[in-house]
Amino acid sequence: MIFYLIRRVLYAIPISLAVSLVCFMLVHIAPGDPINAIVPPDAPQAVVEQIKHEYGLDKPLPVQFGLWLYQVSQGDLGRSLATGRSVWSDLRPATANTLRLAVTASLIGFVLGLILGGLAGTFRGTWIDRIATTFAVAGVSIPHYWLGMVMVILFSVTLGALPAMGAGPGGATDWAWDWAHIQYLILPAVTLSVIPMGIITRTVRGVVGEIMNQDFVNTLRGKGMLPRNIFLHVVKNAAPNALSVMGLQLGYLMGGSILVETVFSWPGTGFLLNSAIFQRDIPLLQGTILVLALFFVALNLIVDLVQTALDPRIKRS
Amino acid sequence: MSGRTETLSAAQAELLIQAKGAKTRHPGYWTGVLRRLSRDKMTMVCLSILLLMLLAIVFASVVSPFDPYQTSMIRRLKPPGFAGHPLGTDELGRDMLSRLLYGGRLSWFLGITPVVISLVIGGVLGVIAGFLGGWVNMAIMRTTDVFYAFPSVLLAVAISGALGAGISNAILSMSLVFIPQIIRVAETVTTGVRNLDYVESARASGASSMTIVRVHVLPNVLGPIFVYATSLISVSMILAAGLSFLGLGTKPPQAEWGLMLNTLRTAIYSQPLLAMLPGVCIFMTSICFNIASDGLRSAMDVRS
Repeated sequence: MIFYLIRRVLYAIPISLAVSLVCFMLVHIAPGDPINAIVPPDAPQAVVEQIKHEYGLDKPLPVQFGLWLYQVSQGDLGRSLATGRSVWSDLRPATANTLRLAVTASLIGFVLGLILGGLAGTFRGTWIDRIATTFAVAGVSIPHYWLGMVMVILFSVTLGALPAMGAGPGGATDWAWDWAHIQYLILPAVTLSVIPMGIITRTVRGVVGEIMNQDFVNTLRGKGMLPRNIFLHVVKNAAPNALSVMGLQLGYLMGGSILVETVFSWPGTGFLLNSAIFQRDIPLLQGTILVLALFFVALNLIVDLVQTALDPRIKRS
Repeated sequence: MSGRTETLSAAQAELLIQAKGAKTRHPGYWTGVLRRLSRDKMTMVCLSILLLMLLAIVFASVVSPFDPYQTSMIRRLKPPGFAGHPLGTDELGRDMLSRLLYGGRLSWFLGITPVVISLVIGGVLGVIAGFLGGWVNMAIMRTTDVFYAFPSVLLAVAISGALGAGISNAILSMSLVFIPQIIRVAETVTTGVRNLDYVESARASGASSMTIVRVHVLPNVLGPIFVYATSLISVSMILAAGLSFLGLGTKPPQAEWGLMLNTLRTAIYSQPLLAMLPGVCIFMTSICFNIASDGLRSAMDVRS
């Protein structure tokens, strides 16, 4: 197992490099000369040449990639074209905000998914199962950006109970876990939580249903074990699979919150991506995507390691 | 997958021979799938809804009461039923029902095309990787790992965002999201089939690789790959409309559900129900495709 762990950790290195390469290439697949993404189109030729040289754009692509990678490893993600500030200074508070949103949404989704999926798997074929499955299918089929609008209409416009946009009185950089801030988090988090809710319900239902049919559960039942204790055995067996799906879901939410953040004007990475796209601010786009993708790679690694540690049956060679 | 599980009693077989003249024929695998599918009420309801929607959007020019692009300054954001507009008018005074019908064309096109493209490209690459194994498998599968390292929405937004708005860019970016997923499924299924005994026997009896792929591998892997692809349509519809919602897919004044949802966002205070309509269409389509795909999966699963 130790060899598997070492191999898995080492494998994250080429993947991270390849992910960086894809992010690096984003600038080059953008239509037109990448220099146009950095200087305004009416800049004099001499200035263009000078900036090209400064950015190393006159060097061959592999060299450019190496230079860019070096800069990134130093924590320098370049400068935003729109604001002129360093990308990292905008990205750090935004990542924190997205993390708050994604973690809260995951927690809501996981708890609901575990309850619904556990019930559905235990009581397969009953009305409980049908209700839970309906919720699960609706959760994965609903366009969540639309659900966000419905939430705003219900809770902000009609009831006036919760604020519809922003992240609280202090704006993007000032967050505290008090009601003044949390009330801004509720609607976007609940909206985003329907996706993991649906997927976790499906997964847990499948896993629990499968385990309930296994011989050892029948044996436990046969020797007169209380349902409560049987349940503990089922949980122990279902946990590794459920946990790995949950871990990946957190990563998907980090990357997929852009639509919900747009609906609720939540000042996170999605909001940043949105403005980067509209202002064709390629360095900002590139930096944000790189950070989110590397986060996802790291999360994938952690999930694999935790799953291996939890489940002794996984002995990959 | 054995393919044919139905066994016939001698009497039934006799009847069948009489019914079909001299031809003796087992009811095929696909007949069984269709029969199981037709017994699944939920799936049939969803398929009927999808068929109705498809007819409505194909014949949008006949069904639509108004021109979907005809704006009117004095008829903006009117409620359903106003002056002959069955579902009211949008923020530029255009007939809502007509726009939803025409919008469906583009939304369906944007949702289904990337899946079809990915099915073809991903299917071919996955079967090649699974059948040949070795370094070809290594090269193809390690490349898909890289695309897997991005959350799917993020990858689509990144590529679309870099390429700029537009229908073809949206389709390209979404295909790049789905191709690796189909490759993985195709590779897993093909590897499984390749190691089965009958493939080994075919090879031993001197069948060429092409024959083995055509006769023994493809018929057994296409089904599962196709089912997986149908399950992607639901995701694809939501993602496509989402890209348009972000301004990355279609451009105004084109009618498309995601884009309509975006432009109607300003109306959620004055005409909330109206602003919800395009989303209802996306939701309906997506959930029906999802349930239909689940139904198809269990109908094709001979073990159940």
